[in-house]
Order: sequence, then C-alpha cells, then structure tokens
Amino acid sequence: MRAFASLIDALVFTPSRNGKIRLLADYFAQTPDPDRGWALAALTGGLSFAEAKPAAIRGLVMQRVDPVLFGWSYDFVGDMAETISLIWPQRPDAGSPPRLSEVVDALSAAHRGSALGLVEAWLDRLDAPGRHALIKLITGSMRVGVSARLAKTALASLGAPGVDEIEEVWHGLTPPYGPLFDWIEGRVPRPPVSHGAGFRPLMLANPLEDAEVGGFEIGDYRAEWKWDGIRVQLAARGGERRIWSRTGEEISRGFPEIADAMGFDAVVDGELLVVRDGTVAPFNDLQQRLNRKAVTAKLLEGHPAHVRLYDILFEGADDLRGLPFDERRRRLQSWFERVRPALMDVSPLIPFEGWDDLARLRDGARNAAIEGLMLKRGDSSYVAGRPKGPWFKWKRGPLTLDTVLMYAQRGHGKRSSFYSDFTFGTWRDGELVPVGKAYFGFTDEELTQLDRWVRNNTVRRYGPVREVTPGLVLEVAFDSVHRSSRHKSGVAMRFPRIHRIRWDKPPAEADRLETLERMIVGEAEA
Amino acid sequence: MVRGTAFTHIEDMTPQPSKPETWIRVRPEGLFVEPGGFYVDPVRPVACAVVTHGHADHARPGNRTVIATPETLAIMRVRAGPAAGEVLRPLPYGETLQLGEVELRLAPAGHVLGSAQASITWRGTRVVVSGDYKRRPDPTCAPFEVVPCDVFVTEATFGLPVFRHPDDREEIGRLLHSLRVFPERSHVVGAYALGKCQRLIALLRAAGYDEPVFLHGALIPLCELYVRHGVDLGDFRSATSLGKEELRGRVVLAPPSAIADRWARRLAEPVVVMASGWMAVRQRARQRGVELPLVVSDHADWDELTRTLEEVAPTEVWVTHGNEEALVHWAQGRGFRARALSLIGFGEEEQDTAPAGDAS
Repeated sequence: MRAFASLIDALVFTPSRNGKIRLLADYFAQTPDPDRGWALAALTGGLSFAEAKPAAIRGLVMQRVDPVLFGWSYDFVGDMAETISLIWPQRPDAGSPPRLSEVVDALSAAHRGSALGLVEAWLDRLDAPGRHALIKLITGSMRVGVSARLAKTALASLGAPGVDEIEEVWHGLTPPYGPLFDWIEGRVPRPPVSHGAGFRPLMLANPLEDAEVGGFEIGDYRAEWKWDGIRVQLAARGGERRIWSRTGEEISRGFPEIADAMGFDAVVDGELLVVRDGTVAPFNDLQQRLNRKAVTAKLLEGHPAHVRLYDILFEGADDLRGLPFDERRRRLQSWFERVRPALMDVSPLIPFEGWDDLARLRDGARNAAIEGLMLKRGDSSYVAGRPKGPWFKWKRGPLTLDTVLMYAQRGHGKRSSFYSDFTFGTWRDGELVPVGKAYFGFTDEELTQLDRWVRNNTVRRYGPVREVTPGLVLEVAFDSVHRSSRHKSGVAMRFPRIHRIRWDKPPAEADRLETLERMIVGEAEA
Repeated sequence: MVRGTAFTHIEDMTPQPSKPETWIRVRPEGLFVEPGGFYVDPVRPVACAVVTHGHADHARPGNRTVIATPETLAIMRVRAGPAAGEVLRPLPYGETLQLGEVELRLAPAGHVLGSAQASITWRGTRVVVSGDYKRRPDPTCAPFEVVPCDVFVTEATFGLPVFRHPDDREEIGRLLHSLRVFPERSHVVGAYALGKCQRLIALLRAAGYDEPVFLHGALIPLCELYVRHGVDLGDFRSATSLGKEELRGRVVLAPPSAIADRWARRLAEPVVVMASGWMAVRQRARQRGVELPLVVSDHADWDELTRTLEEVAPTEVWVTHGNEEALVHWAQGRGFRARALSLIGFGEEEQDTAPAGDAS
C-alpha cells in the first residue's frame, strides 16, 4: 500500500505525460504480483466493491478528534479526504500497513456494513499518504490524471509487446492481470485475443504538411470529409455492446441511444456527432454530452447523438483489418444496407479530379461540422497506431484574429519558470474583453521574449497570474468559434494557438469582438 | 522607564514577580524584559537585544548590543556584516549572564545551528522564550533541552493536528527514488539558506548519497560556516558556473524563490522539489508548482508542540506566531493557563520567500 500511495501522490504532482509513464513503469517493475495488478485495475477503472461514503469516514474521525480542532484543520487544508488522512491519530501498535491486495480482497468480500470497520482498522495501520490513497480508493475517486491508455503505455515499457498489442488482449483479461504481466515480461505466450466487445486500437492519420501537397500520386487515395466530432469505435459482439473513445475509454453510458441502436455483430469505426434534423451541430453541442456519468432526458432530446461510419473492423467473427481500404468500404456499405442501424449513416466518399480539385473542396468546406478532408490510400489495411503514409488529415486553413495580450500565467513542469499561458482579448466599446487562452504555437525563443515582455509590463499580480498593460498584439489562429454562455465574451474558440506575435502592430488596431462574432459558422445558415 | 507615585495605577508599572506579564511585555519593538532592560528577537533596532537564532525574522540588523550564542553571532556576521550589531556578546549554551536584575541562560532549541531558548529568571520566576524549535534529531545542531519554568513561550507555526511531520529519512528516500526514476533530470530543491539547506545535505549523506551537491550562490556562505563549526557536509559545489549537461541527474539546492524562476532555467528538465513542513498540504505544494514535495521541517509539528508543553510543564503558556488559537485551545483543555501573545513580524523566516507565513 505504501508504494501505491507514493505512486498516487507522485502522479498527482507530475505534470508531464512522459513523467507519469516513467513513474508508472517504475512502479510496475518494482512491485510484486498481485499488488501491481490491483493498482493497474484501480487506475484503469477496473475495481468495483462496496464503496464507503466520504461522510461515513468523516464520522469515524469525529469519534477520535476534538471537533474544534478538526474544524480549524479542515478550514486550513480545504479538502476532506486530505484532512482526515492528515489528522487521523496514529496508533503505533496497530500493526504493519496492509498490502494493496489485502485491502482489495477484503473489500471485495465485504458488504457495505462491514466495510467501514475494515477501513477503520486500516487507517490505524497506515501513514498519512497511505490513508489518503485508501480513502481515494474506497470512495472511488482516484483522479490522478492517468487514462487507461497511459497506464497501458507504461505497461508496454516493461517488455517487448507494444501498447496496441496490449489493447488487443486487454478485454479478455481481469484484475489482477497475472497472465498479462507474465506475457509482457516474457515468461508465457500471449494470452488469447478476446472475441468480446473489447477495444481494438485505432488507425490514426497524419496531418498533411503544406510541403507534401502535390507531392505524391493522389489517384491512389480516396477522400472523405473530416467531421468535427469525436472518433468512436462501436463494438457489438456476442450480445455485448460498447462504445469506445479514441484512447480506449468506454463512453457507452453517456450515449445510451447509440448503444440501443447497436443490435448487430460487428466492430465499426466512425465519428460521434450531435445531429439535429439531418444537420450536424457544432462541436460545442457535442461537448455538452461528454464527460457525464449520467445523461438526462433533456440532453438526450436536445442534443441527439449520431454516428457517421467510415470503416469496419469486424463483421461477425471475420477480422477485416487486413483487407485493403477499398474492400473494407465495400463491406461497410453492404453491411450497412443490410443492417440499417438507427442513428447512423455512412460518411460518403467525395469524388475529385486531382490535387487542384481537392484543394478547392477543402477550402470550400465552411460547414461548421467539417474540419477539412481525410485522404486514405485505397490499398491500405487497417493498422493500429499512426503509420506514416496511408492516411492523411488535411485540415482547412485556420481562422485568425489579431488580439491583445491581457493576462499571463506561469506554466507547469519544464515551463514553470516562464509565463507561458496567455489570455487575450478583443475590443468592445473601447474595452478589452477576454476571448480565449493559448499556451502553444510559439518557439522556445519566442517564449523567452514573451516572458520578458510580461515581466516588464506587469500592472497587477494575482498569485501565479500577471495582468499586463494592453500593449502587445497576438495573432491567434483557431479552427472555429461558437456561441458560449460560459464565457464573458459570449463566444468560445476551438483549438486556439498563437499564430504570430505582432510586435509591430499597435494594440488599438487589433480586432473587435464583432469581427470574431461574424466568424461564427452555422449561424447564418441556421 | 518612569517610575513613581505620581501614577495612580502603580500595580501596572511596578513589576510583580508573581505576574510575569507585568515585567515581560509586548511592545512595538518586540518582547521586552523590563527588569533586564533587553528585548528578545526585536523587530526594530533597540539598545540591547537577545537573539534566539539567526533566521532573518528573529535576527534583525541594527541593534546596539546583541547577546546570542557564538554560532548565532557568527551567522549574523556572515549575513549582515557590520550591521549585525555594534557590540556582539557571545553567550554559550548553559552559561549564565546577569542583565540588570535578571539572570539569562541560553539552552539549545534544536531548530538550526546555534538556535537557543532564552531562559529568563527574575525574583524566583522563570520565563523561557523558546524561539523556534523542534524535537526530532538533527545532525546539524544541538538537541532541544527541556528547561522547567513558570511561563513557556512557544511558537505554533505548525499548530494544527494535521501537521505531523513524517520521518525525515523517508522523505530523503523519496528524493533518492526520484533521482533513480529520472536520472537525466536535475533535481532542484527549494531550501532555506540557514538550517534546512545544511540539514538536507546531512540527511543525504546519512542516506549514503556521496555525490557532490550543487548550490545556488546564496547558500554557500552558510554551508561554509557550518563546516567551520564542525558539521560534515561532504562535497558541495557552486552550481553557478555549470551548464545544463553538467547538472543532469544532480541535486541542486536553491532558495525557494529561485526554484521556479529564471535562475532555474540553467537546469536540465528540472524536477522541482521543495522541502518544507507546509508540503504536507497538497494544495500548498500545487500552488508553488512543486513536483516533489518533501515534508522536512525545522519547526515542531503538532505532536512535538503538545509533547513539549507536557514535558516542560509550565503553569502558563504563551503562544506566539503560527496557529495560536488551536494550540491555546488544546493547552486550556489540558489545564494550562494559556493565551496568545500577539507578536508581529514572525513567520517569514527568510526574506526571499514570497508568500507570507511561509516559514518552513
């Protein structure tokens, strides 16, 4: 439990993805079975037992601690789980700390009534970080910034199998994953690939660089619209139905109407969108439905989900991933016509004549739901990961706007000594209104210049944030802009980044909010 | 001091041994011991100051006469030069000095090198002003001595029961673990120049870490002073002239203000480490952008504070800087006469720390 607690703490404080992977890999390499397998399950959401309620644990501590001192302590610390873990009175004679496997085994066998007694005894045996990890474990809120994909990436660094191979077998395995570790560390052959509705690693596209345009035989490629939704994999096998995100997080619960429509036996690949009366809604509408545990009837009605399909991986038991793209498209089309699943359609192939025609199509795509074009080689098989060559995404040119720098905030990790997160605004009635925040798009050298400018032009400080004099114009690029009631300006940019630093431009000549509002797509047509 | 029968409230003006608050009082300059004619850790320049230890919030420059341990005087000379005081009067631990009608003795406080409790006796009543202190072993300074007394004046920097500092060996173990997981990254540790810096180096040595330790320029003079006073710190070097490559995988100590600022840019992908008692609270660590918080403190934690009150067993407890109300509440519950003593200007141990109250 001690190593697990240290890991949980270190993950919370380590901002970088690579840093997290290294910490996880070190933990998996140093920790024996079955503890490491239970930790993996805890991090990937694979543990379930009778959870104790935070209020019940608070009740335990209140029997032991002066309530006045507890109150002052909670005021100071500001977090209940942390206050309890810190203030819990130590019992040096309580015994050695439990192993993670002991905790999991006992809790799995316990019911809600007996769990609390177990928890109390463990709290006595653990130190403060251990108590904190235990409370997070039993209240079901790890929140350490680790996705299942990240944990699996760390696993892959233990041995020969890659992360996509791990994904292939993952669904057939259960905690504490003994056979998985045995295979990764080279002691046993690969566990059987599951035939269930598990996640299959996706094939991803590379961005088409400007220099590459016109540089290869485009006749070998097929074109589709690049829809502005989220990539999903619909897996329905043997009565099991699951909706997977691009990184293998399961999102079935958030989209029950799609799950209902998956009365087939296949694994298909497509774009999840909100579609109203046949029209794709802006990404912002889809965002309302993401990251929700439960979905309300109102949301279901107001933000109806839809999946636009573009590939098929399995039809029945047939693995189609080795077939060429053209053949898979044909299979997808005929499968779709036969099955006719509700709330789905097939993303059309766009006919084109050569590069010039493609470029015109891309630039003409000013529909809010289209980000640009996808180019897929007709002979490409479906390969996990992001191979260079078979698939390209060719985004339409971004929108740009001249804004004025308003606030700067310190970055994290490598950038903690720099003011690297920039809030910028546009003019409205002679005042600047913040319209967005960006923290990339500049070179290291430009960051140094920006940092210096911020330090020399600070007018006020709010903790890690500095307000600066309105003196620097930033040309910001973004993919699109939408109405938003959550922002003071009433608009929200999608994917904003610093395009150019306009050292030369007077701030008074920066753009006005009306200019940005006119860029909102879909409104004029609606 | 004016004395005479012209005043009606004579009992307020004539010190009463049975009532220590009549002869040892808070004035704008600091805590004044009237029958001895001196202040303890004054915040403004005075004629005669008794200084408990060398941290900047206790040892301020500009006093005429300064009485302190030889180690504290040496620290003050390094930090303030001639401004340390016109007359520096060393008083080694255990010796007594007559000041006016008062007998003064300095006893080790276990906080940093030279740190002392001022034991002040007048007409049979003893008041101990403990300054800052801790109870756990520290290889860089003499351990705290329990001095029986009538009034014990205690700090309360970590005066809440959420503060229970872990074993410092475990905390150093976490730093060594991080060095093993990230061998190509510099580990920059925020540490106060006096006390914490030297203790961390000593803890690293005790854990078997024999590599050179690299220092921000501001930390070097006091490390050299510790060595002159017989504290073994092993190989330490200046980080200033070195480049990114040379500092990869190294432990680099710097003042807390420097670890997340421009100074740290010379380091290779630094892991930002902070060693402080406040690091027990996650939000505190996050606010400072700390990646590896180490809970290592030179102040007593809650258990040490309460244990000290029980062992010293005074009839009265005066609580100064920190979370006074919680410790007063606890002490009253245990039958002590306890009150908060509002002294201002303490808790900002080193001037280079930005957030107020960020003593370690």
